[in-house]
Amino acid sequence: MANSETSTAPLLLRLSDADNIAVAVRALAAGTRDMGVTLTQPVPVGHKVALRAIAAGEKIVKWGMPIGSATQSISAGEHVHTHNLKSDYLPTFTLDDGKKFVEDHP
Amino acid sequence: MSLWTGFLRSDGRKGIRNGLAVVYLVECAHHVAREVASPYRDAGANLIGFPGCYPNRYADTVMRRLCTHPNIGAVLLVSLGCESFDRNGLAQTIRASGRPVHTLVIQETGGTRRTIAEGRAWVEQTLKELAQQPRVPMTWSELSIGTICGGSDATSGLTANPVIGRAFDRMIERGATCIFEETGELIGCEQHMAQRAQTPELGEQLIRSVAKAEVYYATLGHGSFAPGNAAGGLTTQEEKSLGAYAKSGTSRIAGLIKPGDIPTVGGLYLLDVVPDGPVRFGFPNISDNAEAVELIACGAHVILFSTGRGSVVGSAISPIVKICANPETYRRLSEDMDVNAGCILDGSGTIHSVADQVVELVQQVAGGQPTASEALGHQEFILGYKHFEPTGPSCLPLVQIGGQR
Repeated sequence: MANSETSTAPLLLRLSDADNIAVAVRALAAGTRDMGVTLTQPVPVGHKVALRAIAAGEKIVKWGMPIGSATQSISAGEHVHTHNLKSDYLPTFTLDDGKKFVEDHP
Repeated sequence: MSLWTGFLRSDGRKGIRNGLAVVYLVECAHHVAREVASPYRDAGANLIGFPGCYPNRYADTVMRRLCTHPNIGAVLLVSLGCESFDRNGLAQTIRASGRPVHTLVIQETGGTRRTIAEGRAWVEQTLKELAQQPRVPMTWSELSIGTICGGSDATSGLTANPVIGRAFDRMIERGATCIFEETGELIGCEQHMAQRAQTPELGEQLIRSVAKAEVYYATLGHGSFAPGNAAGGLTTQEEKSLGAYAKSGTSRIAGLIKPGDIPTVGGLYLLDVVPDGPVRFGFPNISDNAEAVELIACGAHVILFSTGRGSVVGSAISPIVKICANPETYRRLSEDMDVNAGCILDGSGTIHSVADQVVELVQQVAGGQPTASEALGHQEFILGYKHFEPTGPSCLPLVQIGGQR
């Protein structure tokens, strides 16, 4: 792990090889470098950071599974959260999908 | 092989506590019941109750299951007198289970002060009798463990939830029953769950239960996604779902149960907490303890509670083991926590090592060691109105214990 600090504790945690984001395992300052990216702004513990450039509409992948779609282009090292990621389920997909399943499976 | 000792009940189940439930059967009897129970809280009195005056089949079923839960050895019912709860039917169910039961009707006993005095005298005497009850050997195949999460943040899905999943796998290997729940928090995981089902029919029911939850929450205009989740770094419903889903581990799913259904063989079960039919009584579960109560009504002896932002709650009847996901939260609230899973983030622990610690702790708690919330006197309890249709035959290997649905 390419930590800029001498500490052995990880800074960013990638949960699956397929992921295009990693998670901050502690509060990190802007300019922190890890996993080949430089943070463009401070990131709180548990929040997500893009590991590469992500295009608008592209899936954000965590635990190897999609957690939603990018609403704008995201650069490597950028904070990924509600301002640039939206759910593919709630609120619209949910209602129709659930109703259809119930209708199809009486 | 015996690992600890418990209390044998007439239905063959064994308890890890020998509590006395003091039960108010309507909010109007709550104060009297609380006054009866409070001097004996640390001696084993558990205050539970149902606030409503109107009858509800779900609440009736859950209350019968709670009053005949293996962790409960005796029950005092406190009725105002004019509420519609079937206190005679409940007392009959408890009596048939072989437990001491006594009913006090405030309007007949002569009011607040007399009822409190009579109630305390009965509790004091009955606790002495419970203390004489012999202990019997108990092992994993006789233990049921539930799990919930509350006050989740992004660390929940990184540390505590995968730890619980691993601990579930290990306890199921030893024959235990493990129950996860909240289908509304599994939206996006339903296809993966169906692949883990013991039978294709059960897989279909699992998908259907999540679809039901989607419709239910959408009708209410809310998901389970709370503002605190976003502050903690979770962005979407499916991100939260996948993190919560990690609590279920990797075992095959043996059944899909509803509140009050008690599995009789070990394995992994999903508890469907979302009511059937049209939305009638509001949110499925208004807070974490409503979920804990339903797990206990399904027979859970212990509940593993994953928290990131830091919940302090415990529960009546069954001990709650709090597994703290976030190392910063643990530093602030360590007295309220049983396990620091946040050590995974600072590199001083792994999911494997913390899961081993959890399994070891569950065994100690089953043997009588108090959890953090028990030691602090927490006994949170909520039971409200719901409606469920009976569980379908494709959902389960189970049997009904102690009364009808």
